[in-house]
Amino acid sequence: MAGNPKTLFEKVWESHIVAEPENEPVLLYIDLHLIHEVTSPQAFEGLRLAGRKVRRPDRSIATVDHNVPTTPNRLVIEDPIAAKQIETLRKNCADFGVTLYDVESPRQGIVHVIGPELGLTKPGMTIVCGDSHTSTHGALGSLAFGIGTSEVEHVLATQCLPQGKPKTFRISIEGELPEGVGAKDIVLGIIGRIGTDGATGHVIEYAGSAIRSLSMEGRMTICNMSIEAGARAGMIAPDETTFAWLKGRPFAPQGAAWDEAVAEWRKLATDPGAQFDRELTIPAVEIEPYVTWGTNPGMVVSVTATVPDPAAEQSDANRRAFTRALEYMALKPGTPMEEIAIDRVFIGSCTNSRIEDLRAAAKVVAGHHVHANVRAMVVPGSQLVKAQAEREGLDAIFREAGFEWREPGCSMCLGMNPDILQPGERCASTSNRNFEGRQGQGGRTHLVSPMMAAAAAVTGHFTDVRTWEFRKAEVLA
Amino acid sequence: MEKFQTLTSKVMPLDRVNVDTDQIIPKQFLKRIERTGYEDFLFFDWRKDPGFELNNARYKGAQILVAARNFGCGSSREHAAWALSDYGFRCVIAPTFADIFHSNAGKNGILLVTLPEEQVQTLLDRASHRDGYTLTVSLKESTIRDEQGFATTFAIDPFRRDCLLEGLDDIGLTLRHAAELDQFEKQHDAAFWVKPRAGEGAQA
Repeated sequence: MAGNPKTLFEKVWESHIVAEPENEPVLLYIDLHLIHEVTSPQAFEGLRLAGRKVRRPDRSIATVDHNVPTTPNRLVIEDPIAAKQIETLRKNCADFGVTLYDVESPRQGIVHVIGPELGLTKPGMTIVCGDSHTSTHGALGSLAFGIGTSEVEHVLATQCLPQGKPKTFRISIEGELPEGVGAKDIVLGIIGRIGTDGATGHVIEYAGSAIRSLSMEGRMTICNMSIEAGARAGMIAPDETTFAWLKGRPFAPQGAAWDEAVAEWRKLATDPGAQFDRELTIPAVEIEPYVTWGTNPGMVVSVTATVPDPAAEQSDANRRAFTRALEYMALKPGTPMEEIAIDRVFIGSCTNSRIEDLRAAAKVVAGHHVHANVRAMVVPGSQLVKAQAEREGLDAIFREAGFEWREPGCSMCLGMNPDILQPGERCASTSNRNFEGRQGQGGRTHLVSPMMAAAAAVTGHFTDVRTWEFRKAEVLA
Repeated sequence: MEKFQTLTSKVMPLDRVNVDTDQIIPKQFLKRIERTGYEDFLFFDWRKDPGFELNNARYKGAQILVAARNFGCGSSREHAAWALSDYGFRCVIAPTFADIFHSNAGKNGILLVTLPEEQVQTLLDRASHRDGYTLTVSLKESTIRDEQGFATTFAIDPFRRDCLLEGLDDIGLTLRHAAELDQFEKQHDAAFWVKPRAGEGAQA
């Protein structure tokens, strides 16, 4: 470490600067461009109209995730507009030479699940995708952020993006996480503290012993929801956990190249003494199992708390926002969260559909049955996750408990495919957004961890997994 | 991209915090492959309420939208910018905007103006209570004024301002650096540890 100590973000940023024109944003090189059916058709059309080609098809990968049905027989899509959008992606990938993991590919899945699991995502990379949850990939120590369709076109054409330099924000979670509390609770806890615009204009680096002790799946859950705090990206320094997880994946370097790559990646961690624009430390012991009560991810309380009272809010704007949220959610201030009954459970999404998420949920439901008033589904994040879960027998646990076991896709996280809530239905969801109508018009979403969703599916209402007596033996082991 | 220089228009107030892009345009309209024709989907669910501002004749024809903090948070969907633009909005004024929406708006000729919360509140109040309330926004001078004595300057990134003033094509701007890009890329490609397909299993 010669010269100025640098942050992880600064190291990745600086190694990708193509040009620094005076009084303009820097031109940042993009190592990996992930593409899906929803935000790309207009970008490819723009290329055609301008007579441009894809500069680096080898740095681009496409899959179908947002629109695809999750039912077994899904090659024929009934919605003609969705079918056309998927057909358009197929044609665009064929015309421009981009690899597509299509619906029948064993590598198909949610774009933010397959990037890391195939080893496409690596430490030190710059990664973009026309999807705000691209921040997920920062869990491996890459700088990854969501972009709009004009920027998708820009990257397709030039493999660069003009970017203003974001500020840096280190959030440290120190200490040992309490039992029954996981990565989802950490990130909900952070957003609850700093708000949905608490990190706007910043790249967050998650640090501290509690982050270090997390698995890669847990780290991805946290980085995934960075955007819900308004952050441009979230990053975690690569370490032994990262390298062990990445080794042997299809697109990871092999043999001597692997050792050389790891040596490069070890240099990425933030140097001691490096300065951040902001810092926040949260003791791990303060993190609890959380449930959102409102219509954005910052409207969140402990499962043992009650629905907050808008009257207690300081600002008029917040009082009105809280009142409106409670009206939409059909909740009364003072109601214990554990007394709120649910109709649906969704375990899936780019936040919580990886193998560890499914294992955690399966441990809670094993030997139990979904409550009579609840319809519950599990949507694995990818074909590879689904296959792995089936090898481990998790599908059988879920099925026997009364869950639907689906094909991979974004599914009810945003309800672009047929998986939606009916008006008024209340859902415990492991996804990332509880905005009005997000899972279906009039639907009411409560964001929770996979364990909390699983417990709610069994009891029919939110339940503190820390006091889940019939899970203690297995889950706390 | 359409140039933005000076705009004098009626103002629609939207006094809500954290207006997310799911509200600006719900997901069912993201399945289209076209880039235009999103005007009828703007605030699709909120519009069902007859009391919603978009349904108020007072604001008909408004090209300026004033909103509370963190406008455009959530999803990266550029459809939110397309819907606003297709409906006729050319300028949004708020205390803060979400990052991705900020970028998307600029690429579609929509000027986003960040003003202090108190000033935004003044504009929200005036637009809500005065029929035909009108603002004039000059991008070149970075000023906003009404006819009742409100006048302020706003800060904007000079590059963003120039792009809007001239309606510049971003890709064209980047291609000015084609030689630097070629050179960078040649060196950077040697860094196999940040190449997507570094492994030997690099077949589809």
